Amino acid sequence: MTTMTIAKAINEGLRATLANNPRTLLMGEDIGPLGGVYRVTDGLIREFGADRVVDTPLAESGIIGTAIGLALSGYRPVCEIQFDGFVFPGFNQITTQLAKMHSRSNGNLTVPVVIRIPYGGGIGSIEHHSESPEALFAHTAGLRIITPSNPHDAYWMIQQAVDCLDPVIVFEPKRRYWLKGDVDTDAPGRSADPFAAHVLRAGTEATVVAYGPLVPVALAAANAAAEDGHSIEVIDLRSISPIDFDTVTDSVRKTGRLIVAHEAPTFGGIGGEIAARVSERAFHSLEAPVIRVGGFHMPYPVAKVEEDYLPDIDRILEALERALSY
Amino acid sequence: MGATHLPSTEFDGLDVDDQLEAQAEAVLGAPDAPMVQLLSPEGTLGTDPVFSEYAARLDAAKLRGFYADMAKIRRFDVEATALQRQGQLALWVPLTGQEAAQIGSGRASQPQDYIFPTYREHGVALTRKVDLAELLRQFRGVSNGGWNPKDTNFHLYTLVLAAQTPHAVGYAMGIQRDQKLAAARAAAGGTGPERQAPKAAVMVYFGDGASSEGDVHESMVFASSYNAPVVFFCQNNHWAISVPTAVQTRIPLSNRAKGYGFPGIRVDGNDVIAVHAVTEWALERAREGKSPVLIEAFTYRVGAHTTADDPTKYRGSEEEAQWRAKDPLERLEKYLRAEGFADDAFFEQVRADGDELAAYVRKTTHDLETPDIRTAFANTYAEAHPLIAEELAWFEDYSAGFADEAGAGGSGNQADTDGAAS
Repeated sequence: MTTMTIAKAINEGLRATLANNPRTLLMGEDIGPLGGVYRVTDGLIREFGADRVVDTPLAESGIIGTAIGLALSGYRPVCEIQFDGFVFPGFNQITTQLAKMHSRSNGNLTVPVVIRIPYGGGIGSIEHHSESPEALFAHTAGLRIITPSNPHDAYWMIQQAVDCLDPVIVFEPKRRYWLKGDVDTDAPGRSADPFAAHVLRAGTEATVVAYGPLVPVALAAANAAAEDGHSIEVIDLRSISPIDFDTVTDSVRKTGRLIVAHEAPTFGGIGGEIAARVSERAFHSLEAPVIRVGGFHMPYPVAKVEEDYLPDIDRILEALERALSY
Repeated sequence: MGATHLPSTEFDGLDVDDQLEAQAEAVLGAPDAPMVQLLSPEGTLGTDPVFSEYAARLDAAKLRGFYADMAKIRRFDVEATALQRQGQLALWVPLTGQEAAQIGSGRASQPQDYIFPTYREHGVALTRKVDLAELLRQFRGVSNGGWNPKDTNFHLYTLVLAAQTPHAVGYAMGIQRDQKLAAARAAAGGTGPERQAPKAAVMVYFGDGASSEGDVHESMVFASSYNAPVVFFCQNNHWAISVPTAVQTRIPLSNRAKGYGFPGIRVDGNDVIAVHAVTEWALERAREGKSPVLIEAFTYRVGAHTTADDPTKYRGSEEEAQWRAKDPLERLEKYLRAEGFADDAFFEQVRADGDELAAYVRKTTHDLETPDIRTAFANTYAEAHPLIAEELAWFEDYSAGFADEAGAGGSGNQADTDGAAS
């Protein structure tokens, strides 16, 4: 057991996968000597060389497209997209090519490409550096999407993403890159299903589902609610596609109330999907409507007002209050 | 190359390989990149300082093979067009006019090379021994692919324009890495030839219309950055559906290669001997790791873009007539006859083989089975996926509800989907 930040945990996870598999390689802008703009790939080029840690031209479609070709020829490319808002030049390659290659080849071809995307706000940055576009990708069949919220998961999930035969997008909560936590680098973490949700805190009156950057917020809200005498269960979703509906539904059957919190706009978001599924599966267990806590229907606002945009503890507590009032 | 004294960076000259530069310049020639032609429309063989040597490798049997392939694929094209008109295919993408560009280039590839086509490369598919009836699966609506690329190293058709060009570069980067891994294994003790990865290249096809897509640019940048063993084969057939080449480019497309720092060659795309020579040169160069190459095959799509458009709405018949006079089959026939390489009996046999292929394709197309939608559930992900499992379970349950209605004989969900796509 060792303590490290999420950024360091991903770095160590990448180091392990590069060491274990000669066919793994990293590709992206500035990931070589600079070590990535968030230093997630720091030091890896020194250890593995420029053929394994590839500084690419500044071209997102080119990065994803060549990664597809490398995967078709038997490699396991891990692409870094510098920021959430810059994935869109590569959107075509991800949605029309990467997601569909296996199905359109009638299962003959696999494209095990991993795409790492630092996402979300709260770092006071400028336009296109704070978005949460996960729902746009979750809607595309053929992709898998995961988002770790702590260093232990970050260490293991990146390696499991590389091992997966399907394309995996790893949304990394960038404002949590410096969050420290324990990482168990021995076997148990690896055996956990990367697409399974985890119940982080048990409770009886309501369930709060969150993922990525909002997991610490959900836990803090649950702690605050406990001070008022409420018992709140908190689930870290971990995987956005597929979603572990069994864990969520089991929790709702116990608590009767559900809040889903994410930074992305609520409209058309993952929260709506979870609300709909839970109402189909556990309608009679619900004591209150499922309440979504998320961003507004607007482009991510300027940094000086992002605190009004981002769901915080109070917004989750307000939602809990509404749910508990039924 | 050309203005050699203009530095491209302040470090110019530090890693310039003079020999490569000289080789490239020999091929690039004048700034306007004249078109390489060996076989004239009249059927006479000319000479070229670089490529005659490659043409000399072709004996009578190979040239007869070129002709037979071109005739076969043209006959196939006629048959597929007819099948579409009869409602047996949802759409067809005719290639007539581009036989030399496709057969010449495809025949220059070797089995270990990997080919990324766009969606009109039926002739290339023939040279890679893809079953042409399999090609029709996509157009009949029974598959989004139709063949296993691993069998022939001929990738699936890609309908999103130019999306396959970065895939080709990535695949070529994979080949580079295979060779390094093999070299490392050899250095670690292995000596036998099986430890050497075969020298291979990737060839990727796209059209003049697709050349406007950003992916072509990005893939050429990547190819150049990593010196990937890839040959870009652009079939300039002059029309992007209804928009002429002039709207795509103001310079010969082959000239664009210079901007990326590798050779670009314009070849007469209706001259199968020249196309073969140029492609063989380019693939050899790529396999040796010298540089990527862009080939622009200057040709013409005689028919429609697809069976859904009408070329009389956007271009004149004189233009079409001009190009028909440059027909790739006729000019090779003239040459073969003049040289005594082929006689009436040969051409009769080719016609008969074409009819036989057409009959096979017609019969096989009618017999193509409609897939069960369960295969789509099975192939969306490579590994088990709970949402797929849940939806499939629902579908099975739902389908079972119709069991009584379908009667004793039936798998009910297939009953209405058999037959023609519309």
